[in-house]
Amino acid sequence: MFPTPIAKTSRTWQLTYQSLLPLALILWLLPLISILIFSIKPDSDFTSGNYWGWPSSFQGFANYGKVFFESDMPRYMLNSVLITVPTVIGCMILSSMTGFALGVYRFKANLWVFFMFVAGNFVPFQILMVPVRDLTLEMGLYNTKTGLVLFHIAFQTGFCTLFMRNFIRALPFELIEAARVEGIAEWRIFWYIVLPLMKPALAAMAVLVFTFIWNDYFWAVVLTQGVESQPVTAGITSFNAQYRAAYHLMSAGSIVAALPPVAMFFLMQKHFIAGLTLGAVK
Amino acid sequence: MRSNLKATVATLGLTMAMATGAFADAHAAKLSGDLVIFSDMGNPAPRAVMEGMVERFGEMHPDLNIELTVIDREAYKTQIRNFLTANTPDVANWYAANRMLPYVNAGLFEDISDLWEGTLSEELASTKGAMTLDGKQYGVPYTYYQWGVYYRKDIYDELGLSEPKTWDEFKANCQAILDSGKKCFTIGTKFLWTAGGWFDYLNMRTNGYDFHAALTNGEVEWTDQRVKDTFANWRELLDMGAFIDNHTAYSWQEALPFMTGGDAAAYLMGNFAVAPLREAGLTDDQLDFYQFPMINEDVELAEDAPTDTFHIPTGAKNKENAREFLRFVVSADNQTLINNGDNLGQLPVNSKSSVDDDKFLEQGFQMLSTNSPGGVAQFFDRDAPAEMAKVAMEGFQEFMVKPDNLDKILDRLERARARIY
Amino acid sequence: MTHATLPDISPAPDKRSWWRRNQIGLSPWLFLAPGMLFFAFYVIFPIFQSFQISLLDWDGLGEPEFIGLQNYQELYYDDAFYTSLWNNMLWLVLYLAAIPAGLFIALFLNQTVTGIRLYKSLFFFPFVISQVVVGLVFTWFYDPTFGLLNVMLGWVGLGPINVLGDERFVTVGIILAGIWPQTAYCMILYLTGLNGVNPEQIEAGRLDNAKGWKMLWYIIIPQLKPATFIAFVVTIIGALRSFDLISIMTNGGPFGSSRVLSFYMFEVALSEYGFRMGYGAAIAVVLFLIMLCFIVYFLWSMYQEDKR
Repeated sequence: MFPTPIAKTSRTWQLTYQSLLPLALILWLLPLISILIFSIKPDSDFTSGNYWGWPSSFQGFANYGKVFFESDMPRYMLNSVLITVPTVIGCMILSSMTGFALGVYRFKANLWVFFMFVAGNFVPFQILMVPVRDLTLEMGLYNTKTGLVLFHIAFQTGFCTLFMRNFIRALPFELIEAARVEGIAEWRIFWYIVLPLMKPALAAMAVLVFTFIWNDYFWAVVLTQGVESQPVTAGITSFNAQYRAAYHLMSAGSIVAALPPVAMFFLMQKHFIAGLTLGAVK
Repeated sequence: MRSNLKATVATLGLTMAMATGAFADAHAAKLSGDLVIFSDMGNPAPRAVMEGMVERFGEMHPDLNIELTVIDREAYKTQIRNFLTANTPDVANWYAANRMLPYVNAGLFEDISDLWEGTLSEELASTKGAMTLDGKQYGVPYTYYQWGVYYRKDIYDELGLSEPKTWDEFKANCQAILDSGKKCFTIGTKFLWTAGGWFDYLNMRTNGYDFHAALTNGEVEWTDQRVKDTFANWRELLDMGAFIDNHTAYSWQEALPFMTGGDAAAYLMGNFAVAPLREAGLTDDQLDFYQFPMINEDVELAEDAPTDTFHIPTGAKNKENAREFLRFVVSADNQTLINNGDNLGQLPVNSKSSVDDDKFLEQGFQMLSTNSPGGVAQFFDRDAPAEMAKVAMEGFQEFMVKPDNLDKILDRLERARARIY
Repeated sequence: MTHATLPDISPAPDKRSWWRRNQIGLSPWLFLAPGMLFFAFYVIFPIFQSFQISLLDWDGLGEPEFIGLQNYQELYYDDAFYTSLWNNMLWLVLYLAAIPAGLFIALFLNQTVTGIRLYKSLFFFPFVISQVVVGLVFTWFYDPTFGLLNVMLGWVGLGPINVLGDERFVTVGIILAGIWPQTAYCMILYLTGLNGVNPEQIEAGRLDNAKGWKMLWYIIIPQLKPATFIAFVVTIIGALRSFDLISIMTNGGPFGSSRVLSFYMFEVALSEYGFRMGYGAAIAVVLFLIMLCFIVYFLWSMYQEDKR
């Protein structure tokens, strides 16, 4: 293990390390801690210039209550869920298949197809903006959650294929060989042998994609426009415009908007880290 | 926000129809079907106004299913082109003059000259020009507001200053304020247009309304000596240090606390600034208004008074309902109501409406109707084409930070002018 | 190249159905079809469309007009374009700092003390938060009147800096905000990488008396190569895609000095005052060509890796 395990070092360094850890963490998360404190402050703290001091009174309930009950935030949150979850499922379906195809079979175009996915995924997506907007308009999917979901699935397929393919490559190929010897059909190999092995990778990928999609701002602005379809990242900007300079409300709103991926990450942490480990180490 | 008001409107309409039968009967033809409205009135007060209008219109037409979507004002500006081409509403907010040109050119705004025939043209005569392109009208105004200098009367009184009438007084006042350790003006230029307001006033006072019109129409070179004169006047203020520091980091709202906190004595702004200033605790004894003073004696005073409007997109599905709604919006009664101090706090366009007895509205109305002989401009970014406005206002912002770059900036603007027009 | 090693034990292949015989050859395409179609439709095809639009003069509303290479010609004389290009380079270079920073934190956290799992997760935290929120938080951090940065500068007697309103600092300020979550990303990549470092080699290194930096440089970092590669890829892509932060924090200002290409193209094509789809597409093409250099390099590395 590198660096040297703390248990094997001197007592002083052990103590220093133990105390350094929380300090470093507080410093690292200072920006977040500050908006957390902002979000429970009363309005008067800001007008009186008490920005960074201790809240003069606890107004957390009032502030968050306003976000949840007097604004469109719950609607936006629901939209985000309805956009993110189908996207994650769609990506898992598509990329487990493409990843399987590119990871298991050896055929001439294999590498080229793979590179197409990878290259497309690396493209600065702003360049797709104008054509994709037109496309979505023409299909009548502009300002619908469906339109956004379809595009997200397509674009994320690039990344997910890369992810799944590399993972499948690392699986023991003998397993598949053996199955073929048995004469098992290819789709059954996929379904019964490879897919169960892919579970940790799929879980990890799901968390990643969930985070990406939940946090997407650009496409939300380009492809949707109202509270009936916009996700929370776009919603938070209109929320903020409505409460400009009401720092306590903006903070509370931002925290609410940021919470789901954070919760997701903490809940799925094991899969997340385990998946990344499995995926990254070949 | 999309509120499907049908249910509430239906029940309300029933009770209201009995109570105010006469009022409802005035509009003999009851509408039915749908009416989809997109609005940019996202701030709390305007939003309530918009929702109120929809409710009242719904009471008059209980069978009409009205859907209102309110979008944040800044976001609306980029989204409008999307929803004009797909998912088109029946009625949409926008702005007058050149600001509507791209959509008129693209055939996305309906020609509603028919609506303007007859009495409406008289009642709305003051803004007919701003709604007209190629001899046709493409929208109706619902409100306008004056621009001018909003100042802290208490600070002026304390320093023994009075409202300036001339450029020299203006500068002398400013010097006195600076000497007292405050700034003369607050401003937030992050979104650029606030600097456009300063340019408009300095330019119209230095060169007059006609020059403003010619410049925004691309008929004058930006490197013209007269433009440079305008900037020279501006520079005098900059060299004095009249404006707050770091204005590039603030939006116009974020610049308000400097005024409420007493660090700056005045704000060149539209009348919509009054509401948040009052909300922040300034009383009418502390807050007052004056017209931007004369600079060049040979030039008649002219003002900025932007008009906000309603339009019918060409792709609208319920154009008849939309036309009826527009008639309702411009009616004298409605304009009186929505523009009063409790609602928008702005000026009604309809000449038969009455102006609320709010201190600032009365002063503004007075100023625009009697003391603006040079003319009334919309605003820099509404009179100039979008692209030119963007480049130019960016130049204004740069000038405010780096006045020495003026020649470079003007060269750039001139190149842009050559390309755009 | 068919899968030649396929141990076909059936003595009479002709008896199998057509499907059975061609299964191996066809299956991959069947598995690929849905994904490829989606991807081609939404990603590959629009890339080429962007090339085509860049030759048009089009406001996105009316009829487009073909103007050849005029948009590119104009780019050549456009100061704002060069500002954006320069800022893009700045982003590319400075953003890479997230990689060593991530490695540093990963090394710091790669211990087994009580609660370290929680620490690791909390350090990763910034990555899962929307850039919209990050932008907001850092805007307040930099605020010239009440921002914590200036409060802290005040403690050591330094005057207030208007980071986001000063054309000299603005881009660096935004990049720093972007590095924060990016560092967290690199950190997690390295943490997983460190997990997989071969303990025998470390022991061998220890026997050779390699310590500290030497150990890190000669033994650990080479083994972390896959993690470094991924970190490099995601950081470069992140740098070229930077949009959200700029849009939230400065809107490209002051006077356009914090623009990057991706923001500038949005600005000229779809923002409040922008109606030039063709010009925007031309900027997109330039951005794409820059990205292409990296894409080719990435693919080349992957190809090399794959051959082994």
